Amino acid sequence: MSPILEVSDLSKSFGGLKVTKGVNLTVNPGERHLLIGPNGAGKTTLFNLIAGDLASDSGSIKLNGKNITKLTTAKRAQLDLARTYQILTLFGKDNLISNVKLALLGKMSLRWKCWGAFLTECALDEKALDILEKVGLGPKANLPLEQTSYGEKRRLEIAMALAQNPTILLLDEPLAGLSTEERETITTLLQGINRNITILMIEHDMAVALAFADRVTLLHYGEVITSGTRQEVVNDPRTKEIYLGH
Amino acid sequence: MNRIFYIAVLAVLLVLPLILDGTYYTNLASQILIAAIFAMSLNLLVGYAGLTSLGHAGYLGLAAYISSWLTVKLGWNHASTAAIAIMGTTVIAGIFGLIALRATGISFLMITLAFGQILWGLAYRWASVTGGDNGISGIARPHFFGLDLGEASYFYYFTLFIFLLVWIAIAILVRSPFGATIRGTKDQPRRMSALGFNVWLIRWITFTACGFFGSIGGIMYVYYHQFISPHSLSLANSAEMLLMVIAGGAGTLAGPVIGAALVMLLKNVASQYVDHWVTLLGLVFIFIVMFIPGGIVAGFMRIKNAINTPK
Amino acid sequence: MSFWLIQSLNSLALGGVLFTLAAGFSLIFGLMRIANLSHGAYFMLGAYVGLSVIEAGHSFYLAILAAAIAIGLLGCIVEWLILRRLAGNSLSQVLATLGVAFVIADCSLWFWGGDPRPVAAPSLLSGGVQIFGQTFPLYRIALVIFSIFIALGLWLLLEKTKLGVMIRASVDDRQMAQGIGVPATKLFSIVFCLGAALAGVGGIAAAPILSVYPGLDADMLPIALVVVILGGLGSLMGAFIGSFLIGFIYSFGQALFPDLAYIILFLPMLIILAVRPRGLFGRITA
Repeated sequence: MSPILEVSDLSKSFGGLKVTKGVNLTVNPGERHLLIGPNGAGKTTLFNLIAGDLASDSGSIKLNGKNITKLTTAKRAQLDLARTYQILTLFGKDNLISNVKLALLGKMSLRWKCWGAFLTECALDEKALDILEKVGLGPKANLPLEQTSYGEKRRLEIAMALAQNPTILLLDEPLAGLSTEERETITTLLQGINRNITILMIEHDMAVALAFADRVTLLHYGEVITSGTRQEVVNDPRTKEIYLGH
Repeated sequence: MNRIFYIAVLAVLLVLPLILDGTYYTNLASQILIAAIFAMSLNLLVGYAGLTSLGHAGYLGLAAYISSWLTVKLGWNHASTAAIAIMGTTVIAGIFGLIALRATGISFLMITLAFGQILWGLAYRWASVTGGDNGISGIARPHFFGLDLGEASYFYYFTLFIFLLVWIAIAILVRSPFGATIRGTKDQPRRMSALGFNVWLIRWITFTACGFFGSIGGIMYVYYHQFISPHSLSLANSAEMLLMVIAGGAGTLAGPVIGAALVMLLKNVASQYVDHWVTLLGLVFIFIVMFIPGGIVAGFMRIKNAINTPK
Repeated sequence: MSFWLIQSLNSLALGGVLFTLAAGFSLIFGLMRIANLSHGAYFMLGAYVGLSVIEAGHSFYLAILAAAIAIGLLGCIVEWLILRRLAGNSLSQVLATLGVAFVIADCSLWFWGGDPRPVAAPSLLSGGVQIFGQTFPLYRIALVIFSIFIALGLWLLLEKTKLGVMIRASVDDRQMAQGIGVPATKLFSIVFCLGAALAGVGGIAAAPILSVYPGLDADMLPIALVVVILGGLGSLMGAFIGSFLIGFIYSFGQALFPDLAYIILFLPMLIILAVRPRGLFGRITA
């Protein structure tokens, strides 16, 4: 089976600082792949490179065999890549269902329609509600964003990404800043995501993340230290060194 | 705002010349509607796309000069000159957009200011075409279905008609799915890209549309005044238009109209009682920016909500 | 030959004037990220204030001092009363400065009337000077020297004083500077006052050449913007080089292509924005 995501020898420097050094990463279809590493390891930078927010200096990125290295973020999204952000980037002035509807529009030709009402677009409303139900936010669909809790906003962030109907989903610390209860809710949510969506995730909560992951890649100072199955990486002496050394 | 309010306003607008005392006020009403067209078009860019421009008067100038030059120098009829002026201005707006949208924030503001100034400089210096400081005068008002628009109330109804067309067009646009995407690029451009939207293209289309609607205002402006000079393209004029949008309430449908009314009323009515209405305008503007950033519309909504909230 | 020399002197004089305007604007933007749209108004008001001082019988030099103090004070008040309360909201701050520009322009019209007011150069500096058989207006030469003094003064301030170090650090990396204890609020006030005062001084210093008239503010602001974009925001060197570059482009442009001179002014800015948005010496992208 060919990999869904292939990062080859990817490098990026800011001025004199090399933040990503020859990273190789392979993710197979349906896989739950975890990206770990201490703070500053370059995990979010790698996400930004894969998603297109940052342009790499050298190396290549292939999505479903297609070279996307030079493509813009929007074009990569059109190729069924979706991501969430560590810092929430939701549409603060809208309600929940509007947020999801906008996410749905991204890949629809409907987004260019200059007439008709966005608010009452039936096709969108139904689909959006569906997605909100999946993340447990159905009853709150019409609430303005400012009236929701942080945990609910994080769930919305995931809902937006799911609305894009991706084949690969990049999750940047989906559990950050959440209470134990909220973590459980979101973990269940993530576990319930269909295997036809591949997941690449950055997460610090080891307990949850490791239980979730099939394969793990450890990043440190922008370099891949080790990569393999959960067991392999956990047992790798270098992993222990990096984490326990801190 | 509810339907009843809009219908009431429309009703008032329709009978305005009959209520008003004399042609001075009817003409003022026409001027307000024309100013509102400029403000509404600018609002698309400022209020919905979140791109602040200080060059909007440039579109007034382009459309006004093109149509008046064709009418006065070549003697073409109004329908053709208006069409060419609108098309020409829109095309130039599109070209400006290609350059201006390479920047964001303050740079964008400065580029739009520069464009406005370049057009002003052209109007001023290219005297052989534009008449320089003297401008172009002697532009006749069109005949609309046989009616001579030289008559104040006929012109008012013509202006009202155009104003309503523009208002409806913009209302439809901002309520549409595309309108939602425009607003999205203002709130979270990065997120919009990640969702697959071509943020640049959305902004460019909005920029060009802003020029299109602005050009309509320019045509109406030159029909009303029957004269165009570089002064109408000045930075002060662009700033005034921005003032209208912000003071009224950027990103709302009613805001720019209210802002236009505020500025024009201050200019024409308050000026009879208060010599220094510009100072008043400036102070009101600073007050709004500091304390009611959403403009008059937002202030009004706040009062309305405060009254409606059960204690 | 004499054409080139005269135009060069005019270019230098204009450059000097633009420098007083651009330096303040660039510093204010560099430090506070505020595009001070009332900067042209400060320039004009400085000229008017100086004019009144001269008309009251005092010397030109006192007029310059008065302009510096008056406009500096005005800047202080505007910053404290208005801009500080809008901290963190760049757009609102810019809009507020726009409102202030309107108020200043109209009040100036109120107090000094609508006619253009010429200002005489101080008697010591009026008249011409003979160099290589060519007569050059003494005042323009004095203006160039004056602007160089101001540039030097600013350079000393920024490079050699503790205040200057704090300003430069804050321009380069505001968060870091705040993190190490640079008092941002005080710094903002000082820089804004300084910028305004500079503009005011520029206004009266330029008055013997430009006169002072309603609309001077709207005439000067776009040119100041071109200079700072070209030179690079937040850079004193950029303001200096940019001012003289534009001085030359405009003076020679006026003389050679009067119809297009105004437009030629903006071309360098547009090119720079397209090719190198940071400007020639800029430390921040606008």
